[in-house]
Amino acid sequence: MLDLSLLVQYGPALLRGFGVTILCWGAGCLIGMVLGFILMLLRQIPVKPLRWVIRAYIEVIRGTPFLIQLFLLYSGGPSIGLRLEATAAGILGLGIYGSAYFAEIFRAGYQAVPKGQVEAALSLGMSYGSILRRVIVPAMLVSTIPSIVNMMAILTKETVVLSIITVPELMYEMQTMAAETFATFETIVGMALFYWLLVEVVSRLGRRLEARVTRFLTHASPQGSSTQTATARA
Amino acid sequence: MDRGFAGIEGPSMKFSVIIDALPHLLGAAVTTVWVSLLGVLLGQVIGLAVCVARQSGGRAADMAGGVYVSFFRGVPLLIQLLLIYYMLPLIGIDVPPLVASIAALGLASGAYVSEIYRGALNAVPHGQSEAALALGFPDRSIWTRILLPQAFRISVPALVNELILLLKASSLISVVGVAELTRTSQTISAANYRPLEIYLAAGVIYLAINGALALFGTLVERRLQQA
Repeated sequence: MLDLSLLVQYGPALLRGFGVTILCWGAGCLIGMVLGFILMLLRQIPVKPLRWVIRAYIEVIRGTPFLIQLFLLYSGGPSIGLRLEATAAGILGLGIYGSAYFAEIFRAGYQAVPKGQVEAALSLGMSYGSILRRVIVPAMLVSTIPSIVNMMAILTKETVVLSIITVPELMYEMQTMAAETFATFETIVGMALFYWLLVEVVSRLGRRLEARVTRFLTHASPQGSSTQTATARA
Repeated sequence: MDRGFAGIEGPSMKFSVIIDALPHLLGAAVTTVWVSLLGVLLGQVIGLAVCVARQSGGRAADMAGGVYVSFFRGVPLLIQLLLIYYMLPLIGIDVPPLVASIAALGLASGAYVSEIYRGALNAVPHGQSEAALALGFPDRSIWTRILLPQAFRISVPALVNELILLLKASSLISVVGVAELTRTSQTISAANYRPLEIYLAAGVIYLAINGALALFGTLVERRLQQA
């Protein structure tokens, strides 16, 4: 199978590629979540045209392939003066792609916060800012964390698509190695196994985080019932 | 120079290129649609087989099915595609990229579909198959007459969603050179240096197809609810 000396020779490049993968993934997730959160907040403003615009944005992003969005950003961008380096375009692309999905996740979370809690906070004289920070966001985080983790795992897989616009991430480096060594098949098998492991690790870590964030559910209740809801998801 | 930011002459957007390219793009969109449909069809068959095997085929079948589902849901589609594209020739099957692509889409979709069916089967009350067993139904008819028809109806929304996801995922088969919508857009924009317009047009076409599919899904759902 795979000649081990190849790994020594290409090890540094692969490690660098993995670093770029993690960077794109982390930055993409962050941008996606921040944008998604802002979109969710803007959607709460009762101005119809604004809502339509946001709705249209979300539908367009969710209705078109990620690859087309990337091409539009990376190849089409220069036509309107947006010149981005491949990696920057990749990160921004991941962020924009993720933002539509995160916006929907957050919206569901926002709607799931019991109205009475917000009303109680209002009647206590809390400002909207602190209601958001102390009441809504914590409750939202608990109910949406499984979806957030799921989306982050999906974005892990989407990072390989960045190789198509020549972002020097792991997939790109591995394809370079495959092309130079003719060990195409071994490389792809190795890559498949590696990504399988990576996505599994991300999901496992996500489940841990989930258990950590929802831990109070098991502590707050006397016994039994809510313990089950917390563990049932894991 | 006040316009033409990227050193392109003339105004920065030119919609006439879209009209020129439209016949090619629409032709390619047809390829995208039928490749995705074939992929979904294959995925249905595989997904159903895996689901039934996991439920009624004993421990080994369940474990093998579990590994299949985990692998095809955990590995990025692009890698699966390359894996199949390079693996089939190695075991002596020399297939055109199109066939490899449909196989990859079908295998990936099968993993998701088998989980959709599993969820739907769980939603069919257990008492029904017990009652059928008590009435002396053979295993086969329990599946074909009681479980699957109901599971199918329950899973329609998820299956339509799966079709939309697969249609979007089919853009990745451009990588192995299948001349579907994404690949054709690439080719055209490489020739006329108008990537913005061409990819916008491609995006609109994808959006329109997905919108139509979603509408179709709603209609089918409504129809099944009446029945």
